[in-house]
Amino acid sequence: MDGLSNLLAARSQMAFTLGFHILLVPFGVCLPLFALIANGYGLRHGDEAALRLARRWSHAMGVTFAVGAVTGTVLSFEMGLLWPGLMGRFGDVFGLPFMIEGIAFFLEAIFIAIYIFGWDRLSPRTHFRLGLPLPLLGFVGAFSIIAANSWMNTPRGFSLDAAGNPTNVRPFKVIFNPALRHELVHFLLAALLCAGFVVASIYAVGLLKGRRDRLHRLGFIIPFTVAAFAMPMQIVAGDRAVREVVKLQPVKFAAIELLAETATHVPERLGGRMTAGVATGGIAVPDMASMLTGFRRDTKIVGLDAVPPRDRPPATIVHLAFDVMVGAATALSLLAAWYLFAWWRRRDLPRSRWFLRAAVAAAPLSMVAMEAGWITTEVGRQPWVVYGLLRTSDAVTRAPGIWGSFAAVVALYAAVGTGLVVVLHAMARRWRTPVPEPLPGPYAPRGPLVVVVPRVPASTHPTHAAFDGDGDGRTTA
Amino acid sequence: MTTIAAVILWFGVTCYAVFGGADYGVGFWDLTAGGARSGARPRALIDQAMSPVWEANNVWLIFALVVLWTAFPRGYAAVMSALFVPLSLAAAGIVLRGAAFVFRKTVQELAGRRLLGALFALSSVVTPFFLGAALGAVVSGRVRVGRAGGDPGWVSAWTSPTSLLLGALAVLCAAFLAAVFLVFDARRAGDEALERYFRRRAIASAAATGLVAIVGLSVLRGDAPLFLQRLLYQGRPFIFFSAACGVGALTLMASGITRATRALAAGAVVFLLAGWGAAQYPYLLPSSLTIAAAAGAPATLRWVLVVSLVAAVTAVPALAFLFILDQRGRLEEGAPVAIPQAAPPRYAVIVEDRSHRRPTAIRAHWWRRPRPQS
Repeated sequence: MDGLSNLLAARSQMAFTLGFHILLVPFGVCLPLFALIANGYGLRHGDEAALRLARRWSHAMGVTFAVGAVTGTVLSFEMGLLWPGLMGRFGDVFGLPFMIEGIAFFLEAIFIAIYIFGWDRLSPRTHFRLGLPLPLLGFVGAFSIIAANSWMNTPRGFSLDAAGNPTNVRPFKVIFNPALRHELVHFLLAALLCAGFVVASIYAVGLLKGRRDRLHRLGFIIPFTVAAFAMPMQIVAGDRAVREVVKLQPVKFAAIELLAETATHVPERLGGRMTAGVATGGIAVPDMASMLTGFRRDTKIVGLDAVPPRDRPPATIVHLAFDVMVGAATALSLLAAWYLFAWWRRRDLPRSRWFLRAAVAAAPLSMVAMEAGWITTEVGRQPWVVYGLLRTSDAVTRAPGIWGSFAAVVALYAAVGTGLVVVLHAMARRWRTPVPEPLPGPYAPRGPLVVVVPRVPASTHPTHAAFDGDGDGRTTA
Repeated sequence: MTTIAAVILWFGVTCYAVFGGADYGVGFWDLTAGGARSGARPRALIDQAMSPVWEANNVWLIFALVVLWTAFPRGYAAVMSALFVPLSLAAAGIVLRGAAFVFRKTVQELAGRRLLGALFALSSVVTPFFLGAALGAVVSGRVRVGRAGGDPGWVSAWTSPTSLLLGALAVLCAAFLAAVFLVFDARRAGDEALERYFRRRAIASAAATGLVAIVGLSVLRGDAPLFLQRLLYQGRPFIFFSAACGVGALTLMASGITRATRALAAGAVVFLLAGWGAAQYPYLLPSSLTIAAAAGAPATLRWVLVVSLVAAVTAVPALAFLFILDQRGRLEEGAPVAIPQAAPPRYAVIVEDRSHRRPTAIRAHWWRRPRPQS
């Protein structure tokens, strides 16, 4: 197999597995936060609905965390399986953040287990306090992974010897590289947004179906409020990130702006693509890119021609991904503004059903925005894996059969992804259906007697007591 | 400094072998528990024992991999290049296993549970086999720096007799550890029948492991003589201790004593791996890459030590706390309000009461979502 095809296969596989994993990350980082907010509120105000919500979220978080754990394990294999050239040469330079992440993940796995399985066995206060480290650990984990990624974009903290091998490694400089701050803030806010909009959308569906009880209202309000406050901050953080990219990686910015030649009075192009070295199509707003970059119409912006063709990223993909991200973020900001305005005026959700419908649509939109942002930063880094120092094509494995491996991975992840959605959906459905008796074993009821469904009034059955099965605000009979 | 980093790496691998190994072994017993009805009780115990701890146990593997690539980048690159296929298969097994396990807990229909259970159990056997096979390729000197996948002999690197031996040994050790641990769990659950059930399996798997280990010596003599020589020379005390622990655990189990068997079983595995470490020293990849030559930058190694110490003072107490809570039964599902974890199938609950002589009517209730009554 020739090297180019291998490279494409390896990049596809890495992009696919990372793209899958990144969808789970917001939930690993933010679901504990939402659950703790609901848990703390429920304890303080004696709110049963909030406590039930926290319990449900903790169980959903158990499933997403487990899938995130195994897909993350796969990534730690793939780093070496697919990119031995990267790890063999720079593994000791940027390995440390991964170690920190390993520890954070370790602690997170432990405390998540305690939180999920300790609901009824620990005292409510102890249980809540044992959950408190979770958001912090999620933050540390995200911090270290972003540190590794931002180092790949702005490699610092080492010198190269004559043979091109890194020496004199300074781990602090590696971790606190110039791109860390803006990437980290941007990503953490993105995680809050994705998790917030996705969780809220689930309860928006319930509200639209007429389940207008306290549980659904709280389930919508907690995550959506977090996301609505994160949204304006994200706009600022995103702007800040772009300005940093202009300084640190001008060629990436040229790809974002679809700018072939260094110029002043650069138009902002919405849509469009690069054909044969010329930007075509889309809508061009005159002078806008220059204006946004330097607040002057004659701001000079570096174009792709600053580097030889073999050092240029695929501009069309980067540009379109960036446009998709900004477009989605704009739509989400309008939604967040609508919500905040209604809350400010009336201390209530907007009354329109169209608001809830838009909130449902916000879930896929926020996920798309995150994936698009990730494509922008990662494809914009190409053809380098370590920016300016190591080409992706020099890092790739020489093992044959990567296309086969990629196909297998797609099939496996498709199955796991489908399973995840089905299972979460089944959990939600079950929460709406009261349960007479728990099934003991993983396969079949214990003992010879199969318990018949008792048709007793809810109030007399212990597990039914005060259980609002269908979510209409009353206990079912 | 490099040796300390190597010891940290060894520690990660060993913890994974003991804790992760026990989890894989649990899957082995799930696989062999029989039909849905006859295997329901062992599977219930397995599910309960494994649920709170398996993710934390899995992290040891990530820890070992990350230490390997941070402290010994060249070694990591060489291993991953040469063993692309078995390690890809192991990674796929890890995904399948974890996902199937958590999904099985939530799915209610028998057919779905059967499928997910089979996937979980099968991948629990396949994964340690491939990890063991990869280790076999390393110890027999078939992984060398600069050898990439696709070079001549890259398939035979992990299908050699040594690889097959270590793959089989990994599966058996895991099964043995799990059986011993499950005896404790059954005893804590107060289920004597299950305790006997797993005691029998612990004895059988201990005997099988010992047998394979003894046969394995002759395999090693033919296939990896250099490794065998070092194992019996540098690693001799550890191998002796490992055998003693194994025999001790077997004897105690056979005479119905539960006490101390867990420590002995874990000790057998730990000493076995200590023997492996001693036999490999001073090589990371025998006999082409020494630990010193594979080591990364000195500053990084110092930080690896620092971060590991931080891990030791934070993660280890937390882990101990988790295990204590788990062992005291403070982390079990199905407590007073058991709503989220269980639900009836939405259709056909068959009533079949065999506890009475008099034949009872067989009724079926078709269950639908209850409608709110107005």
